[in-house]
Amino acid sequence: MTTTDFPPETTVREGFDEKSWDMVGSLALSRQLTTGKTLIELAEAGRDDIVVCTADLGRPTQVHDFGERYPERYFNFGIAERNMVGAAAGLATAGFTPVISNYSFFLALMACENIRNDICYTHLPVRMVGTHSGIAMGFYGTSHHCNEDIGVLRTMAGLTLMAPCDGNAIRAALPAMMDHDGPVYFRVGRGREAPVYDTPPDWRIGGSHTLRDGDDATVFAIGNLVSAALDAHDRLKADGIGLRVVDMYSIRPIDREAILGAASTQKVLFSAEEHNVTGGFGAAVAEVLADEGAGARLVRIGMPDAYSILGPPTHLYRHYGLDGEGVAATVRQELGR
Amino acid sequence: MAHTSRSVRNVSRDELKEKARMIRKEVVRLTDICGSGHYGSAFSIAELLSVLYYQLLHVNPEDPGWADRDRFTMGKGHAAIGLYPVLADLGFFPKEDLDGYTRLGSALGDHPDMRKVRGADFSSGSIGHNLSVSVGMAAGLRLRGSPARVVCMMGDGEQTEGQVWEAAISAGHWKLSNLIGIVDINKVGSDGETQKIMDTAPLDEKWRAFGWRVLDLADGHDLDQVFDALNTALNAPTDQPTVVLADTVAGKGVSFMEGTWQWHLGFLGPADRDRAYAELERELT
Repeated sequence: MTTTDFPPETTVREGFDEKSWDMVGSLALSRQLTTGKTLIELAEAGRDDIVVCTADLGRPTQVHDFGERYPERYFNFGIAERNMVGAAAGLATAGFTPVISNYSFFLALMACENIRNDICYTHLPVRMVGTHSGIAMGFYGTSHHCNEDIGVLRTMAGLTLMAPCDGNAIRAALPAMMDHDGPVYFRVGRGREAPVYDTPPDWRIGGSHTLRDGDDATVFAIGNLVSAALDAHDRLKADGIGLRVVDMYSIRPIDREAILGAASTQKVLFSAEEHNVTGGFGAAVAEVLADEGAGARLVRIGMPDAYSILGPPTHLYRHYGLDGEGVAATVRQELGR
Repeated sequence: MAHTSRSVRNVSRDELKEKARMIRKEVVRLTDICGSGHYGSAFSIAELLSVLYYQLLHVNPEDPGWADRDRFTMGKGHAAIGLYPVLADLGFFPKEDLDGYTRLGSALGDHPDMRKVRGADFSSGSIGHNLSVSVGMAAGLRLRGSPARVVCMMGDGEQTEGQVWEAAISAGHWKLSNLIGIVDINKVGSDGETQKIMDTAPLDEKWRAFGWRVLDLADGHDLDQVFDALNTALNAPTDQPTVVLADTVAGKGVSFMEGTWQWHLGFLGPADRDRAYAELERELT
């Protein structure tokens, strides 16, 4: 993207160095964050119950356009996440369907207890979109990494937890879940992820998508790790290793059949997530295998049980073995090939 | 949007006194069931609850989910034991349900649950949440063009919660004139006297600075004063949210509880329970 491609609100125009950018230019790179566009489409189609809530992060999480279009139904609370979550619950009791769009670490971690008491305990139809999850914020530092939200939220009864892995997945997920009876948390990335889907995929509670088949092992992946796993599949294919890749977009409830089906024919399974492997998505996969006494071994790919270091995102993914090369290396090592 | 006033029910002062007495006696009786209760916190709001529910709030026990009902939320959820007898008296649920207060599987616990208690507009228990919830309710109701008002009962101890002030900022910003906060200033909490634990004075200046209209209620147990303050808050036009700073007495109605932090929570053995009943009968007749 060059300065001439920046959206209209940019201040970087003629006379600026071609390498310069302002926030408007930067945010335009988050193309996979389709939340706002999707909500505008839903509103245009007649959903006048949708209200959007954010805490001074409407632009970075890409819902600002909804606010421009529907200012009366757009609530920017300023930097006050707990107030936002409580008020979203109040809006839900008044008959609205609130969609919260905020950074995952501030939403799920700072307002954790409010999510629990005001939205989950009360079983209200609030939709939460936690963006920039995992280590996507790179050198902004550990405070801006979110490797804990699944672990925290997976223990909240009645909360549906999903991970749309790209822009088309968000475009599928939001409409599909808009009428769900109860709260939903969507764990999404920064918006700069490599796209996985060409069109919005089918979306159902407890579902998954097998994107590649392979006989030797299966990787159950979420978020950014779906595209990494697809890359790993191609790399391993060249070595004669068949890796099944499953996008496990429904974290809770989880697709037990997909897990047990793989466990019935393969000896080694992998879970892959941009989250602490302790208590995260891989732990949910492990619970299914243990519950059923399945014989397959599970290797959990993800963030180690330690605070992440900082660095440019692509360097971090490589460092933690969360890119295609890293996933492929782990699979080779565990299969002994 | 102009503030909407709603009709006021004519209820005699004697009748309101009896309702407040009923609340306090039921608090004693229900606490007797479970062996532990927030006497002090419920006694301090008995007159406030009476005037609200019997004169001012528009609710419908036949249709608890009525979209245009006035809402009442409890920032100080631990005083729900004072609310339940009112809801039962109004017919939201059978009075016999009170007899099972806190027993296994009961809908009625120390803190209210909106999914279980007919007439309870929101769940609470975590101090500091419900003004935010009320902000959302008020904003949503206004967006719907509803005449409903939202009343949030907070404690004075609750004023130290940062989230209260997040909510206050947003209500002032959005000029939620259909939102009414009440601060039950009974001056005690779990650890003793609220102002010794954390000085929140001056509350009136703080709320005013956050964009709220402030009404001082000098005696939260004087029914005339309570009515005047709450009626103004709910029915007199303004373009701001309103907070009623209600000066009350913790444990009001039972001499050995009045003004003490020690009876924020406690239990009365049979002899003292009867002593309390006798005082409650005497005190307000």
